[in-house]
Amino acid sequence: MSILGIFQKRNSSAVARDRLQLILAHERAETGRPDLVIQLREEILAVIANHVSVEPDKVKVTLERGVGVSTLGLDIELPLGASSKLDAKLASKIAQVADRAAKKAA
Amino acid sequence: MAKVLVVTSGKGGVGKTTTTAALGAALAQGGQSVCVVDFDVGLRNLDLVMGAERRVVYDLINVVNGDAKLPQALIKDKRLDGLHLLPASQTRDKDALTDEGVARVMDELRAKFDWVVCDSPAGIERGAQLAMHHADVAIVVTNPEVSSVRDSDRIIGLLDSKTAKAERGEEMEKHLILTRYDPTRADRGDMLKTEDVLEILSIPLLAIIPESQEVLRASNVGCPVTLNNPLCAPARAYADAAKRLRGEEVPMVLPTERKSFLDKLFMRRAA
Repeated sequence: MSILGIFQKRNSSAVARDRLQLILAHERAETGRPDLVIQLREEILAVIANHVSVEPDKVKVTLERGVGVSTLGLDIELPLGASSKLDAKLASKIAQVADRAAKKAA
Repeated sequence: MAKVLVVTSGKGGVGKTTTTAALGAALAQGGQSVCVVDFDVGLRNLDLVMGAERRVVYDLINVVNGDAKLPQALIKDKRLDGLHLLPASQTRDKDALTDEGVARVMDELRAKFDWVVCDSPAGIERGAQLAMHHADVAIVVTNPEVSSVRDSDRIIGLLDSKTAKAERGEEMEKHLILTRYDPTRADRGDMLKTEDVLEILSIPLLAIIPESQEVLRASNVGCPVTLNNPLCAPARAYADAAKRLRGEEVPMVLPTERKSFLDKLFMRRAA
Protein backbone atom coordinates (compact mmCIF):
# COMPACT_ATOMS: atom_id res chain seq x y z
CA MET A 1 0.00 0.00 0.00
CA SER A 2 1.31 3.44 -0.83
CA ILE A 3 1.80 6.11 1.82
CA LEU A 4 -1.11 8.02 0.29
CA GLY A 5 -3.20 4.88 0.54
CA ILE A 6 -2.93 4.85 4.32
CA PHE A 7 -4.62 8.23 4.54
CA GLN A 8 -7.13 7.56 1.80
CA LYS A 9 -8.23 4.11 2.94
CA ARG A 10 -11.84 3.66 1.92
CA ASN A 11 -14.49 2.26 4.17
CA SER A 12 -15.07 -1.42 3.58
CA SER A 13 -18.78 -0.70 3.19
CA ALA A 14 -18.08 1.67 0.29
CA VAL A 15 -16.06 -1.07 -1.40
CA ALA A 16 -18.93 -3.50 -0.80
CA ARG A 17 -21.42 -1.08 -2.34
CA ASP A 18 -19.32 -0.48 -5.46
CA ARG A 19 -18.66 -4.19 -5.98
CA LEU A 20 -22.36 -4.97 -5.62
CA GLN A 21 -23.43 -2.22 -8.03
CA LEU A 22 -21.02 -3.48 -10.66
CA ILE A 23 -21.84 -7.19 -10.40
CA LEU A 24 -25.60 -6.65 -10.15
CA ALA A 25 -25.67 -4.34 -13.17
CA HIS A 26 -24.16 -7.16 -15.22
CA GLU A 27 -26.29 -9.90 -13.70
CA ARG A 28 -29.45 -7.91 -14.30
CA ALA A 29 -28.50 -7.35 -17.92
CA GLU A 30 -27.90 -11.09 -18.33
CA THR A 31 -31.31 -12.00 -16.96
CA GLY A 32 -32.98 -9.37 -19.12
CA ARG A 33 -33.91 -6.98 -16.32
CA PRO A 34 -33.61 -3.28 -16.99
CA ASP A 35 -30.82 -1.65 -15.03
CA LEU A 36 -30.29 2.10 -14.93
CA VAL A 37 -26.50 2.03 -15.29
CA ILE A 38 -26.56 -0.49 -18.16
CA GLN A 39 -29.36 1.43 -19.89
CA LEU A 40 -27.52 4.75 -19.53
CA ARG A 41 -24.39 3.15 -20.89
CA GLU A 42 -26.18 1.83 -23.96
CA GLU A 43 -27.86 5.17 -24.68
CA ILE A 44 -24.71 7.23 -24.13
CA LEU A 45 -22.83 4.84 -26.40
CA ALA A 46 -25.47 5.33 -29.12
CA VAL A 47 -25.23 9.14 -28.88
CA ILE A 48 -21.44 9.12 -29.11
CA ALA A 49 -21.57 6.67 -32.01
CA ASN A 50 -23.42 9.34 -34.01
CA HIS A 51 -20.23 11.39 -34.02
CA VAL A 52 -17.26 9.11 -33.46
CA SER A 53 -16.85 5.37 -33.32
CA VAL A 54 -15.85 4.10 -29.88
CA GLU A 55 -15.48 0.56 -28.69
CA PRO A 56 -18.25 -0.51 -26.34
CA ASP A 57 -15.86 -1.64 -23.61
CA LYS A 58 -14.17 1.79 -23.59
CA VAL A 59 -17.24 3.43 -22.07
CA LYS A 60 -17.55 3.16 -18.30
CA VAL A 61 -20.56 4.46 -16.41
CA THR A 62 -20.58 4.59 -12.62
CA LEU A 63 -23.14 5.79 -10.16
CA GLU A 64 -21.88 6.97 -6.82
CA ARG A 65 -23.97 8.16 -3.93
CA GLY A 66 -22.34 10.75 -1.73
CA VAL A 67 -23.62 12.75 1.22
CA GLY A 68 -26.45 14.89 -0.12
CA VAL A 69 -25.43 14.50 -3.75
CA SER A 70 -25.05 11.58 -6.14
CA THR A 71 -22.63 11.62 -9.05
CA LEU A 72 -22.90 9.92 -12.40
CA GLY A 73 -19.43 9.22 -13.70
CA LEU A 74 -18.67 8.84 -17.42
CA ASP A 75 -15.31 7.58 -18.49
CA ILE A 76 -15.05 7.41 -22.27
CA GLU A 77 -11.85 6.46 -23.99
CA LEU A 78 -11.78 7.98 -27.49
CA PRO A 79 -9.77 6.50 -30.34
CA LEU A 80 -6.75 8.44 -31.62
CA GLY A 81 -7.71 11.45 -33.74
CA ALA A 82 -11.34 11.40 -32.58
CA SER A 83 -10.93 14.30 -30.20
CA SER A 84 -9.89 16.70 -33.00
CA LYS A 85 -12.98 15.62 -34.96
CA LEU A 86 -15.13 16.23 -31.93
CA ASP A 87 -13.48 19.61 -31.37
CA ALA A 88 -14.26 20.67 -34.94
CA LYS A 89 -17.88 19.55 -34.64
CA LEU A 90 -18.25 21.26 -31.31
CA ALA A 91 -16.77 24.48 -32.66
CA SER A 92 -19.15 24.54 -35.63
CA LYS A 93 -22.13 23.81 -33.32
CA ILE A 94 -21.17 26.69 -31.04
CA ALA A 95 -20.76 28.95 -34.07
CA GLN A 96 -24.24 27.98 -35.31
CA VAL A 97 -25.84 28.70 -31.96
CA ALA A 98 -24.02 32.04 -31.63
CA ASP A 99 -25.05 32.96 -35.17
CA ARG A 100 -28.72 32.21 -34.45
CA ALA A 101 -28.61 34.19 -31.23
CA ALA A 102 -27.05 37.17 -33.04
CA LYS A 103 -29.79 37.11 -35.71
CA LYS A 104 -32.51 37.02 -33.06
CA ALA A 105 -30.99 39.97 -31.23
CA ALA A 106 -30.82 41.98 -34.47
CA MET B 1 -60.00 -9.92 1.77
CA ALA B 2 -57.06 -12.13 2.75
CA LYS B 3 -53.54 -11.11 1.95
CA VAL B 4 -50.87 -13.67 1.18
CA LEU B 5 -47.31 -12.68 2.09
CA VAL B 6 -44.18 -14.55 1.14
CA VAL B 7 -41.07 -14.11 3.27
CA THR B 8 -38.15 -14.80 0.98
CA SER B 9 -34.44 -14.01 0.55
CA GLY B 10 -32.56 -16.37 -1.72
CA LYS B 11 -29.76 -16.76 0.81
CA GLY B 12 -30.20 -19.00 3.83
CA GLY B 13 -29.72 -17.97 7.43
CA VAL B 14 -30.69 -14.32 7.03
CA GLY B 15 -33.82 -14.52 9.19
CA LYS B 16 -36.74 -15.68 7.04
CA THR B 17 -38.17 -18.04 9.65
CA THR B 18 -37.60 -15.57 12.49
CA THR B 19 -39.31 -12.88 10.42
CA THR B 20 -42.24 -15.14 9.46
CA ALA B 21 -42.87 -16.05 13.11
CA ALA B 22 -42.42 -12.47 14.37
CA LEU B 23 -44.60 -10.85 11.69
CA GLY B 24 -47.28 -13.52 11.98
CA ALA B 25 -47.40 -13.08 15.75
CA ALA B 26 -47.33 -9.27 15.49
CA LEU B 27 -50.29 -9.30 13.08
CA ALA B 28 -52.19 -11.65 15.41
CA GLN B 29 -51.30 -9.42 18.38
CA GLY B 30 -53.04 -6.66 16.42
CA GLY B 31 -56.24 -8.73 16.42
CA GLN B 32 -55.92 -10.25 12.96
CA SER B 33 -56.40 -13.91 12.12
CA VAL B 34 -53.15 -15.25 10.75
CA CYS B 35 -51.76 -18.51 9.40
CA VAL B 36 -48.02 -18.96 9.02
CA VAL B 37 -47.14 -21.62 6.45
CA ASP B 38 -43.82 -23.45 6.30
CA PHE B 39 -42.82 -24.14 2.68
CA ASP B 40 -39.39 -25.49 3.61
CA VAL B 41 -40.23 -29.13 2.94
CA GLY B 42 -37.61 -31.50 4.32
CA LEU B 43 -35.98 -28.80 6.45
CA ARG B 44 -38.92 -27.50 8.42
CA ASN B 45 -38.10 -25.16 11.28
CA LEU B 46 -40.99 -22.78 11.65
CA ASP B 47 -42.64 -25.28 14.03
CA LEU B 48 -39.53 -25.19 16.23
CA VAL B 49 -39.23 -21.40 16.23
CA MET B 50 -42.95 -21.19 17.08
CA GLY B 51 -42.60 -23.81 19.84
CA ALA B 52 -45.10 -26.20 18.23
CA GLU B 53 -42.71 -28.99 17.20
CA ARG B 54 -44.36 -31.60 19.44
CA ARG B 55 -47.86 -30.82 18.20
CA VAL B 56 -47.34 -31.58 14.50
CA VAL B 57 -49.65 -34.37 13.32
CA TYR B 58 -50.38 -33.58 9.67
CA ASP B 59 -48.45 -31.24 7.40
CA LEU B 60 -48.67 -29.21 4.19
CA ILE B 61 -47.96 -32.23 1.98
CA ASN B 62 -50.70 -34.29 3.66
CA VAL B 63 -53.16 -31.50 2.90
CA VAL B 64 -51.87 -30.94 -0.65
CA ASN B 65 -52.21 -34.67 -1.37
CA GLY B 66 -55.64 -34.88 0.23
CA ASP B 67 -54.51 -37.23 3.03
CA ALA B 68 -55.73 -34.74 5.62
CA LYS B 69 -58.17 -31.85 5.69
CA LEU B 70 -56.74 -28.37 6.26
CA PRO B 71 -58.30 -27.93 9.75
CA GLN B 72 -56.69 -31.22 10.86
CA ALA B 73 -53.22 -29.95 9.92
CA LEU B 74 -53.55 -26.43 11.34
CA ILE B 75 -51.92 -25.93 14.74
CA LYS B 76 -53.53 -23.23 16.85
CA ASP B 77 -51.09 -21.19 18.90
CA LYS B 78 -51.59 -21.68 22.64
CA ARG B 79 -50.44 -18.19 23.64
CA LEU B 80 -52.08 -16.06 21.00
CA ASP B 81 -55.63 -16.17 19.70
CA GLY B 82 -55.84 -15.97 15.94
CA LEU B 83 -52.37 -17.34 15.24
CA HIS B 84 -52.11 -20.65 13.38
CA LEU B 85 -49.32 -22.73 11.89
CA LEU B 86 -49.38 -25.02 8.88
CA PRO B 87 -46.14 -27.01 9.21
CA ALA B 88 -44.03 -28.44 6.41
CA SER B 89 -43.25 -32.12 6.08
CA GLN B 90 -39.93 -33.22 7.51
CA THR B 91 -39.71 -36.60 5.78
CA ARG B 92 -40.85 -35.92 2.24
CA ASP B 93 -39.13 -33.73 -0.34
CA LYS B 94 -40.47 -30.68 -2.16
CA ASP B 95 -41.30 -32.67 -5.31
CA ALA B 96 -44.27 -34.04 -3.39
CA LEU B 97 -45.89 -30.60 -3.72
CA THR B 98 -48.00 -30.32 -6.85
CA ASP B 99 -48.81 -26.92 -8.38
CA GLU B 100 -52.55 -27.61 -8.36
CA GLY B 101 -52.49 -28.95 -4.80
CA VAL B 102 -50.68 -25.89 -3.48
CA ALA B 103 -53.07 -23.60 -5.37
CA ARG B 104 -56.07 -25.35 -3.76
CA VAL B 105 -54.60 -25.11 -0.25
CA MET B 106 -53.76 -21.42 -0.73
CA ASP B 107 -57.36 -20.76 -1.82
CA GLU B 108 -58.64 -22.52 1.31
CA LEU B 109 -56.28 -20.51 3.51
CA ARG B 110 -57.36 -17.25 1.87
CA ALA B 111 -60.96 -18.05 2.72
CA LYS B 112 -60.13 -18.75 6.38
CA PHE B 113 -57.65 -16.05 7.42
CA ASP B 114 -56.92 -12.32 7.15
CA TRP B 115 -53.23 -12.98 6.57
CA VAL B 116 -51.33 -15.96 5.22
CA VAL B 117 -47.56 -15.67 5.77
CA CYS B 118 -45.49 -18.14 3.74
CA ASP B 119 -41.98 -18.97 4.93
CA SER B 120 -39.93 -19.69 1.81
CA PRO B 121 -37.04 -22.14 1.69
CA ALA B 122 -33.62 -20.72 0.78
CA GLY B 123 -32.47 -20.90 -2.81
CA ILE B 124 -34.11 -20.02 -6.10
CA GLU B 125 -35.32 -23.50 -7.03
CA ARG B 126 -38.82 -24.92 -7.23
CA GLY B 127 -39.47 -24.81 -3.49
CA ALA B 128 -38.80 -21.08 -3.29
CA GLN B 129 -40.79 -20.45 -6.47
CA LEU B 130 -43.78 -22.42 -5.15
CA ALA B 131 -43.72 -20.43 -1.91
CA MET B 132 -43.83 -17.10 -3.77
CA HIS B 133 -46.17 -18.15 -6.56
CA HIS B 134 -49.48 -17.21 -4.93
CA ALA B 135 -48.27 -14.20 -2.95
CA ASP B 136 -49.86 -10.75 -3.10
CA VAL B 137 -46.99 -9.12 -1.24
CA ALA B 138 -43.35 -10.19 -0.95
CA ILE B 139 -41.14 -9.50 2.04
CA VAL B 140 -37.49 -9.69 1.04
CA VAL B 141 -35.27 -10.38 4.05
CA THR B 142 -31.71 -9.14 3.60
CA ASN B 143 -28.60 -8.83 5.78
CA PRO B 144 -26.36 -5.80 5.19
CA GLU B 145 -23.76 -8.04 3.60
CA VAL B 146 -22.71 -8.55 -0.04
CA SER B 147 -23.82 -12.14 -0.63
CA SER B 148 -27.21 -11.58 0.94
CA VAL B 149 -27.84 -8.42 -1.13
CA ARG B 150 -26.81 -10.17 -4.32
CA ASP B 151 -29.12 -13.12 -3.64
CA SER B 152 -31.98 -10.78 -2.75
CA ASP B 153 -31.53 -9.14 -6.14
CA ARG B 154 -31.96 -12.51 -7.81
CA ILE B 155 -35.09 -13.20 -5.78
CA ILE B 156 -36.53 -9.80 -6.74
CA GLY B 157 -36.00 -10.81 -10.37
CA LEU B 158 -37.94 -14.04 -9.78
CA LEU B 159 -40.74 -12.21 -7.94
CA ASP B 160 -41.16 -10.01 -11.02
CA SER B 161 -41.22 -12.89 -13.49
CA LYS B 162 -42.22 -16.23 -11.96
CA THR B 163 -45.19 -15.43 -9.71
CA ALA B 164 -48.88 -15.69 -10.55
CA LYS B 165 -49.11 -11.90 -10.23
CA ALA B 166 -46.25 -11.38 -12.69
CA GLU B 167 -47.80 -13.89 -15.09
CA ARG B 168 -51.03 -11.87 -15.01
CA GLY B 169 -49.00 -8.79 -15.92
CA GLU B 170 -49.44 -7.21 -12.49
CA GLU B 171 -46.70 -5.65 -10.41
CA MET B 172 -45.67 -7.64 -7.34
CA GLU B 173 -45.68 -5.49 -4.22
CA LYS B 174 -42.26 -5.91 -2.60
CA HIS B 175 -40.86 -4.73 0.73
CA LEU B 176 -37.43 -4.97 2.28
CA ILE B 177 -36.75 -6.06 5.83
CA LEU B 178 -33.12 -5.43 6.71
CA THR B 179 -32.11 -7.80 9.51
CA ARG B 180 -29.09 -8.03 11.82
CA TYR B 181 -28.38 -4.33 11.33
CA ASP B 182 -25.74 -2.81 13.56
CA PRO B 183 -25.90 1.02 13.43
CA THR B 184 -22.54 1.41 15.18
CA ARG B 185 -20.72 -0.66 12.58
CA ALA B 186 -22.64 1.01 9.73
CA ASP B 187 -21.66 4.46 11.03
CA ARG B 188 -18.05 3.32 11.25
CA GLY B 189 -18.20 2.32 7.58
CA ASP B 190 -17.74 -1.35 8.30
CA MET B 191 -21.26 -2.40 7.30
CA LEU B 192 -23.49 -1.52 4.36
CA LYS B 193 -25.84 1.27 5.38
CA THR B 194 -29.61 1.01 4.98
CA GLU B 195 -29.49 3.62 2.18
CA ASP B 196 -26.85 1.59 0.32
CA VAL B 197 -29.00 -1.55 0.36
CA LEU B 198 -32.12 0.41 -0.61
CA GLU B 199 -30.31 2.11 -3.47
CA ILE B 200 -28.98 -1.17 -4.81
CA LEU B 201 -32.18 -3.20 -4.49
CA SER B 202 -34.57 -0.26 -5.11
CA ILE B 203 -37.55 -1.66 -3.23
CA PRO B 204 -39.25 0.17 -0.33
CA LEU B 205 -38.14 -0.42 3.24
CA LEU B 206 -40.58 -2.12 5.62
CA ALA B 207 -38.36 -2.39 8.70
CA ILE B 208 -34.82 -2.39 10.03
CA ILE B 209 -34.31 -5.16 12.58
CA PRO B 210 -31.31 -4.39 14.77
CA GLU B 211 -28.86 -7.14 15.66
CA SER B 212 -29.96 -8.39 19.06
CA GLN B 213 -29.48 -11.28 21.43
CA GLU B 214 -33.25 -11.27 21.96
CA VAL B 215 -33.77 -13.02 18.60
CA LEU B 216 -31.75 -16.06 19.65
CA ARG B 217 -33.29 -15.99 23.11
CA ALA B 218 -36.77 -16.17 21.57
CA SER B 219 -35.92 -19.02 19.22
CA ASN B 220 -34.22 -20.90 22.09
CA VAL B 221 -37.54 -21.04 23.91
CA GLY B 222 -39.70 -21.46 20.81
CA CYS B 223 -41.56 -18.18 20.92
CA PRO B 224 -41.86 -15.45 18.27
CA VAL B 225 -39.69 -12.52 19.38
CA THR B 226 -42.67 -10.12 19.36
CA LEU B 227 -44.39 -12.38 21.88
CA ASN B 228 -41.40 -13.39 23.98
CA ASN B 229 -40.28 -9.87 24.80
CA PRO B 230 -42.55 -7.28 23.15
CA LEU B 231 -40.46 -4.37 24.45
CA CYS B 232 -37.09 -5.43 23.06
CA ALA B 233 -35.71 -3.61 20.01
CA PRO B 234 -36.30 -6.30 17.34
CA ALA B 235 -39.83 -6.96 18.63
CA ARG B 236 -40.72 -3.26 18.36
CA ALA B 237 -39.29 -3.15 14.84
CA TYR B 238 -41.40 -6.17 13.80
CA ALA B 239 -44.50 -4.74 15.46
CA ASP B 240 -44.04 -1.51 13.46
CA ALA B 241 -43.59 -3.57 10.28
CA ALA B 242 -46.90 -5.36 10.94
CA LYS B 243 -48.64 -2.00 11.41
CA ARG B 244 -47.19 -0.72 8.14
CA LEU B 245 -48.43 -3.85 6.37
CA ARG B 246 -51.92 -3.02 7.66
CA GLY B 247 -51.64 0.43 6.12
CA GLU B 248 -50.73 2.43 9.19
CA GLU B 249 -48.17 5.20 8.84
CA VAL B 250 -45.43 4.55 11.36
CA PRO B 251 -42.28 6.69 11.30
CA MET B 252 -39.15 4.68 10.55
CA VAL B 253 -36.89 4.79 13.57
CA LEU B 254 -34.20 2.31 14.41
CA PRO B 255 -35.23 0.81 17.74
CA THR B 256 -32.32 0.45 20.11
CA GLU B 257 -31.90 -1.62 23.24
CA ARG B 258 -32.56 0.30 26.39
CA LYS B 259 -29.31 0.06 28.26
CA SER B 260 -29.36 0.14 32.01
CA PHE B 261 -27.22 2.54 33.96
CA LEU B 262 -24.85 -0.27 34.95
CA ASP B 263 -24.54 -1.43 31.32
CA LYS B 264 -23.55 2.05 30.31
CA LEU B 265 -21.16 2.34 33.22
CA PHE B 266 -19.32 -0.82 32.27
CA MET B 267 -19.67 -0.15 28.52
CA ARG B 268 -21.28 -3.50 27.86
CA ARG B 269 -22.10 -4.18 24.23
CA ALA B 270 -25.77 -4.39 23.40
CA ALA B 271 -25.52 -7.27 20.95
